[in-house]
Amino acid sequence: MTGWQTARPGRVIAWTLLVLGGIVMVMPFVFMLSASLKYNHEVYELSLWPKEPTLDNYRYLFQETRFVSWFVTSLIVATITTLSVLFFDSLVGYTLAKFEFRGRQVVFIAILSTLMIPTEMLVIPWYILAKDMGWLDTYWGILFPGLMTGFGTFLMRQFFMSVPNDLIEAARIDGVGEFRIWWQVALPLVTPALSALAIFVFLGNWTAFLWPLISTTDKDMYTLPVGFASFTGEFQTEWEMIMTGAMVATLPALVVFILLQKYIIRGIMLAGLKG
Amino acid sequence: MAQSSGFGGALYEGLTIGQKRAVTAWLFLALPIVFYALVRFYPTAQAFWLSLTNWNLLTAPGFIGLANYQRMMVDPVFWQVMGNTLLYLALGLPLSLGLAFLIAYHLDRVRVGHAVIRALYFIPHITTAVAIAWVWRWFYQPVPVGLFNEVLTVVGLPQQPFLRSTTQALPAVLVPAIWSLLGFQIVIFLAGLRAIPQSYYEAAAIDGAGSWQILREITLPQLMPTLVFLCVLTTIGLLRIFDIVYAMTGGGRAAPGGPLNSTKPLVLYIYESAFSSFEMGFAAAQTVVLFLILLAITMIQLKVSKK
Repeated sequence: MTGWQTARPGRVIAWTLLVLGGIVMVMPFVFMLSASLKYNHEVYELSLWPKEPTLDNYRYLFQETRFVSWFVTSLIVATITTLSVLFFDSLVGYTLAKFEFRGRQVVFIAILSTLMIPTEMLVIPWYILAKDMGWLDTYWGILFPGLMTGFGTFLMRQFFMSVPNDLIEAARIDGVGEFRIWWQVALPLVTPALSALAIFVFLGNWTAFLWPLISTTDKDMYTLPVGFASFTGEFQTEWEMIMTGAMVATLPALVVFILLQKYIIRGIMLAGLKG
Repeated sequence: MAQSSGFGGALYEGLTIGQKRAVTAWLFLALPIVFYALVRFYPTAQAFWLSLTNWNLLTAPGFIGLANYQRMMVDPVFWQVMGNTLLYLALGLPLSLGLAFLIAYHLDRVRVGHAVIRALYFIPHITTAVAIAWVWRWFYQPVPVGLFNEVLTVVGLPQQPFLRSTTQALPAVLVPAIWSLLGFQIVIFLAGLRAIPQSYYEAAAIDGAGSWQILREITLPQLMPTLVFLCVLTTIGLLRIFDIVYAMTGGGRAAPGGPLNSTKPLVLYIYESAFSSFEMGFAAAQTVVLFLILLAITMIQLKVSKK
């Protein structure tokens, strides 16, 4: 343990600079919050503390705009996508790690190669598919491209490789079915990887922009980022409203981060090292 | 139905253990294979095919060979957006990685408040780019709205146009992009730093190595894999920059990517070609170019990491 007593002046200066830098990093959020609590006439003052703090902007946002419906869309899309990715990516990752069969390598390489295909290249064909099938402006239309991911499959395979084969063999001898072995024996052993994957996928979908922008034109079906972008067009110079909208779009991710900070950081480190 | 499943069941029972496992494996993979075929591989092939057509959503696509690629070569806007995209990369990559390393290197030695400081740097990374964009857009406004120009005025400097200038707009967009990238890079650097065995440092300290020497001869070489990983990820991210540019420069009367296309990156041009001008073929050809660039980077990465 390095205590204050042993700290050299260089270290103290470095620490102070780091803290100051960190405060600068979060200042935009402080300004955002402060503006969202101000009346329009006060928003042009630089003071961080509103003279007459108000929740009027939030009330207006929830009652008079479509923010609630955008929020719900984002929540539904991100939740379903996350559940689907967790199920399929871990099932496929497990199969590729623990079953021996002809063609395994081909399937693995095929799925891995999808990591190299940029979303930008796929959105035009997806748009055609969604248009032809009548999926535009539906939840399904927004979420179908993300139901499984090459990244998650690769990540889960790496983790299932380190699950001892003996455990699986022992369960087989006990007559446990293959699906239940995956679900009840193997899956509980990789929960750190699962929770990391869940957080990535949820946050990734929560902030996703390009495909939701393309696949929805009905304002009631927008996700939060797309809705926010259209909302700013209507409220051009009403900065207190725009900052309130930004606050509502940011807050859920912020809460998730504060609650799960340890897992998020650990997950990124984990994926970074395995990847 | 019962008959056929009974027959299938009898057939299954006749298999060896290895064959049974193979059947189970393919059963687990069945739905994912359909998904990857229909939602990844077929659309990829379709994008290549569309890039050779003049499709505009209204009439049936007609084959026009490489005409879209030829058009790209002589399209001044295409070269402008390629130039912009490379500028985002050329400025953004060294700046973000340099800053992130500097912060991670010092943060790694901090014990007091380590997690809190790390969180402060990380928070911008998890927030929605579109929301972030508007906070910065607000900061960049002229007096009496924008924070930056207020500060400039107070200290007696002239106001700056920022997003309204063709030369300042791109760096002005890049700053929040880097700001939100930093947290991720710092966390990855921290993981890399922590993976370096403590004994290396102890041995160096016994040999009387100074901290510069330790940095040059132990920390940086050991951190190489992390650096390559981050370089590739950041490069790919910056080449695909879109959300933040769209939100910082568009909305209302202004078309995104302005002023005068000075901030427009490749992906925004693709988006406009496809969904504003409905030139699907031309847009598809641009996505193929993007794909080939990203593929080349991945290939280089594989070569470098093998060494």
